[in-house]
Amino acid sequence: MTTLALPSVLPRGARERFRSVDPVALVVGAVCALLVLLAVVGPMISGYDSQTGDILHAGEGPSAAHWFGTDALGRDIFTRAAVGARLSLVAPAVCVLIAAAVATVLALVSSWFGGWVDTAITRGLDIVFAFPSLLFALIAIAIFGTGITAPVIALSIAYVPYLARVARVTARRERHAAYITAGTLQGLAPSRVAIRHLLPSMFPVIRTQATIMYGSCLTDLAGISFLGLGVQPPVAEWGSMVNEGRTALLDGHPEEALFPGLLIVVTVVAFNLLAERFALREDRVK
Amino acid sequence: MATPTLPAGTVTSTDDRAGGGPPSSGRALLASARRLAPLWRWVLLPLLTMLIASAVVFFALALAPGDPLAQALGSHPTAESRALLEAKYGLDRPLVVQYLSWLSGVLHGDFGTSIVQKASVWSLIAPRISVTLSLVAYAGVLVVVGGLASATLGTMVKPLGPLVTVVSAIGVAVPAYVAASVLSLLFVIQLGWFPALGAGDGLGDRLYHLTLPAIALAIGWGSYLSQVGRAALREESDREHVETARARGLSAGTVFRRHVLRNAAVPIVTVSALAVAALVVGATVVETAFGIDGLGSFFVTAVSNKDYASVEAVSLLLVVLFVLLTTALDAVHTLLDPRLRTPGASR
Repeated sequence: MTTLALPSVLPRGARERFRSVDPVALVVGAVCALLVLLAVVGPMISGYDSQTGDILHAGEGPSAAHWFGTDALGRDIFTRAAVGARLSLVAPAVCVLIAAAVATVLALVSSWFGGWVDTAITRGLDIVFAFPSLLFALIAIAIFGTGITAPVIALSIAYVPYLARVARVTARRERHAAYITAGTLQGLAPSRVAIRHLLPSMFPVIRTQATIMYGSCLTDLAGISFLGLGVQPPVAEWGSMVNEGRTALLDGHPEEALFPGLLIVVTVVAFNLLAERFALREDRVK
Repeated sequence: MATPTLPAGTVTSTDDRAGGGPPSSGRALLASARRLAPLWRWVLLPLLTMLIASAVVFFALALAPGDPLAQALGSHPTAESRALLEAKYGLDRPLVVQYLSWLSGVLHGDFGTSIVQKASVWSLIAPRISVTLSLVAYAGVLVVVGGLASATLGTMVKPLGPLVTVVSAIGVAVPAYVAASVLSLLFVIQLGWFPALGAGDGLGDRLYHLTLPAIALAIGWGSYLSQVGRAALREESDREHVETARARGLSAGTVFRRHVLRNAAVPIVTVSALAVAALVVGATVVETAFGIDGLGSFFVTAVSNKDYASVEAVSLLLVVLFVLLTTALDAVHTLLDPRLRTPGASR
């Protein structure tokens, strides 16, 4: 149903969206806004520094001064979670954007040329696919040492096959559609047809898949920091906070482990819901 | 997926283009290629993938910045001691030779020597494999039983549907390390039902110790299996042939087993197999969280100590496992759904 992708029906889609406000979209939007607010404004309103602690008030429970208590070094847990949100939310976004860009180019090239180019790219992706993403990131850390850069780059590569596969399926289906052939027959440059006409058809599936990937990428990156191999102390990050909070948790102060843990879960649920909406919209267009 | 098998249409077109040259020999060649296709798809290609992956792991770690001998040499290395150690561990040989001897060692069950731990890698890995395997098996059973049970219940018992939807949507977003914290708080601190750390000795004690870690590991993939299974079951139970079967007066159980479950099996089996692979990798996190001395926590220590030989060995084991699982999955797909026999259709 390629005709539906034409701009002439766009106003109808816009009207549809205007008529009924999707409650799920509203919740997702609110959660995202709150998370961004927490990351941007949170550290300012709390009035504490994320890395300097007040040792006389270490390991305290929630109070008016410290909303979620303090950690073993007397640092404010709310402030650390808010500052940690910046790294925890931006790093997976970087990963997914790199992976999506690489996957799009690979899918475009492989579907456009077909033949041995397609075979070579698919084979290469199969080899990357043989590495579970977390394993790939851990190997990268073994090579380049602990820190956030190596796992971000490694996960960007590890997620390419997942994105490229769905993108390639769409691109291959559209490759021989009438509007692509028409473009070529009109004498347009192949690069123009590929980029201006084939590329946009891949956008919806990539958007859906990338949104799902964002959640698992956030989980993976925080997990690496949880293992002590990612973000290094004293920098605040959700995964490393869950790790540092384990001792306090066993001593009866679960806030340091549970608050960032809750933030991870809420973020991932929000993005999964968003991905579901995108997938629904895709189905409707089909 | 380009394998030596070609679709029937392609065969005739090649013959047409050949203009009746040597069609018989060409056709025989293609026919034999088609007979060999399963060998390529299920034996040679996975082996090739493993081989390339092993080379990637080995050369990437060999070329890593940093000195593999740093710890063994101590703080005052001399040229002589370095030369001695390099000769001892075979680091003075060309990289390709090192790789080939490592690979042949691996094929004979020798995973090299850990310079950091001053022990053979196999002696470090072997005692830990059983701990990790029992954890993964335990969690795998929980994933499959819990996931399928909740998917079936959510589909068959309509009032439970929304509950299953909400619980699985949250469960799928809970990382194992967050689940570990919550479970520890509930069952170790508040209720005192389970021990906080360790793997336990003996079968009963081990099951007892591994219960919380297995639940923590299983939550994410169990919820995912529940979601995928339910979507598949719902889609299949709305199909026309299912309605026909019902109209013919078959019992609900028979319709479910023969017409719904079998068709929904492909995505369910896919997710279950991927779950097993992911559980093995996820064991790194859970073992660290619960202080279990298994393969996963050993791998994390090896990564942070730059214990290259151990990292290579565990990575290779995981990659081999992952490739074996995906290959087995591909084979099972074609058994479940003959439409997927065309190579690559399952992807």
